[in-house]
Amino acid sequence: MLKINNLHASVEDKGILRGINLEVKAGEVHAIMGPNGSGKSTLASVIAGKEEYEVTEGNILLDNEDIEELAAEERAHKGVFLSFQYPVEIPGVSVTNFMKTAINETRKAKGLEDMPANEMLKLIREKSELLEIDRKFLSRSLNEGFSGGEKKRNEIFQMAMLEPKLAILDETDSGLDIDALRIVANGVNKLKSKDNAVIVITHYQRLLDYIVPDFVHVLHNGKIVKSGGKELAHELEAKGYDWIKEEVNA
Amino acid sequence: MSLKEKLVSSFMAFENTIDVDSPVHDIRTEAIKTFETEGFPTKRQEAWKYTSLNSVLKHDYSVFPKHENALEFKDVKKYFIHDIDSYKIIFIDGKYSSHLSQTTHDGIDVCLMSAALTKPKYQLIIENYFNKIASKDSLASLNTAFSSEGAYIHIPKNKLVDKPIQIIHFSTGNEAALMLQPRNLVVVDENSHVQIIERHQSLTDNPVLTNSVTEIFTNKRAIVDYYKIQNDNENASLIDNTYVNQKQESLAKVHTFSFGGKLIRNNLNFYQNGERIDSTMKGITIIGNKQHVDHNTLVHHIEPNCESHQDYKGIFDDGATGVFNGKVVVEKEAQKTNAFQANNNILISDKASINTKPQLEIFADDVKCSHGCTIGQLDESAMFYLRSRGIPEKEARALLMFAFSNNVLDSVKIPEIKNRITKIIANKLGVDIGFDL
Repeated sequence: MLKINNLHASVEDKGILRGINLEVKAGEVHAIMGPNGSGKSTLASVIAGKEEYEVTEGNILLDNEDIEELAAEERAHKGVFLSFQYPVEIPGVSVTNFMKTAINETRKAKGLEDMPANEMLKLIREKSELLEIDRKFLSRSLNEGFSGGEKKRNEIFQMAMLEPKLAILDETDSGLDIDALRIVANGVNKLKSKDNAVIVITHYQRLLDYIVPDFVHVLHNGKIVKSGGKELAHELEAKGYDWIKEEVNA
Repeated sequence: MSLKEKLVSSFMAFENTIDVDSPVHDIRTEAIKTFETEGFPTKRQEAWKYTSLNSVLKHDYSVFPKHENALEFKDVKKYFIHDIDSYKIIFIDGKYSSHLSQTTHDGIDVCLMSAALTKPKYQLIIENYFNKIASKDSLASLNTAFSSEGAYIHIPKNKLVDKPIQIIHFSTGNEAALMLQPRNLVVVDENSHVQIIERHQSLTDNPVLTNSVTEIFTNKRAIVDYYKIQNDNENASLIDNTYVNQKQESLAKVHTFSFGGKLIRNNLNFYQNGERIDSTMKGITIIGNKQHVDHNTLVHHIEPNCESHQDYKGIFDDGATGVFNGKVVVEKEAQKTNAFQANNNILISDKASINTKPQLEIFADDVKCSHGCTIGQLDESAMFYLRSRGIPEKEARALLMFAFSNNVLDSVKIPEIKNRITKIIANKLGVDIGFDL
């Protein structure tokens, strides 16, 4: 589904990604771990199409199509979803209206009519129940004054509404208490299928107890320096990242 | 001949068409003298520092249109708020159109200034209110000198006017260039409530300059809701001089939506003559190209326990320029005043600019006054967030602009007006939006 070949990316001429290779197949869950500043969030943003980042080498293929030239919205229309580490507050736009707009713009891009209002309401009700989101919450301004946990739950709610092919969860566990973590992970697990894939970006192993990865990759200095199964996450949790750095430097 | 000379010399011709023995005539004569002495304002004057009238004064305007012109409703329907029932006072090239209007004398007077200025039954109101709060500066004086036509609205006490009143000035383009000087008087007596919508619309690209004066009196506990829709084409300019005189416990709100026109100057003045008065002025300005919109507001807090709320949002693209000059005066007696002022702006292009200047003159010591102005760009991280959810760039931009203006849109109490404004904005931003705010 996703194939990243020798990806180099920089921001303001500063190289951050230095040759990433990654293949994610449908039905798989990949975890990307690594110390701070290793390029995890950059990788997520580059896949989602943030314009500040310049791809200087390599490519990103989604279903064998190079998506590098596509705008963020076009990637979204093709099924890429990024759950933000820091969701942006947008006063004056309610969660519901935001979701309606996002869904109908995506449908428009596919040549479909707007979703009928009753169908939309039903979908919103169903997905908000999945994330245990209160009705009142939906009429509030997007992310404005939300707690850390509410913001992350809202991200996964959006994911549930948009049903992406490839979901990238960028530090979705940060700022979550254990109950919220369980709700969010439960939501992600229910959305998982053999046709979609999830990339979980995290600093800690904690979330991976709930969203169990098929593969774990360690990112260091803009490169994947080690890959393994879910046991690698436990090893990192126990030993930290220093041994990896040493291994790389040796 | 300059426009000023032309106007001064045409005053004599104007005198031939009106009753020179009426008391109003003394006011007019005085006013033309003021205009003759002062002339049009220039950038040398502090209040006009950022707005030059030069480009709009250069045309050879017809001061009195030669033709009576007619319009069919179906051709201009789109400029009306037509999905609600309303009273209508409609002018075509400065002349009243009975065909398009719907006036009334049934318990309230919604009719013509020309009638009010000449018929004995309105004499008392004219004596008490006409030109009583309009300022004596050159532009208002120019209007006063030529004041003969416009809307006259008198709501006696304890009347809840059942439907809004629309005042629309059309210009047909039958004159190569046209100058209009509408004069409106709105008197709302005790406990009465009225909603008014005002619009100026040019139907061709011929230059039009409108110098309008509106005097509004809200007596004890009266409520006035006034909406100005400024979405004219880009050869039409407007100088709007509006004065609101409030008595105790009255509530006056003026919303100004400025999207079109070449140059717009809004001189909006509130005078609070009584206690527990509430004055609200809000505006959304969205302009581009070389358009210019200048909001010059004044709230004069004269007595204790009153409030004023100002909230102006501006979005400027291309080489558009904006001005916000908001003055709040709190007299020594006006203790316990709450005065709030906010002016927030977004500059879309590097060439757009806004000059914003809050002016607070506070002589009382127990007051709450705040002001804040911001100038910024559209938040790039918010843009990426919206686009990553599949909302295309143009729509994402529009959504953020709507969100930015939402506070002002939200206080529009007539849903049809809110819808209309939303549509005008969407149209202006080139989006077909599915979101309802």
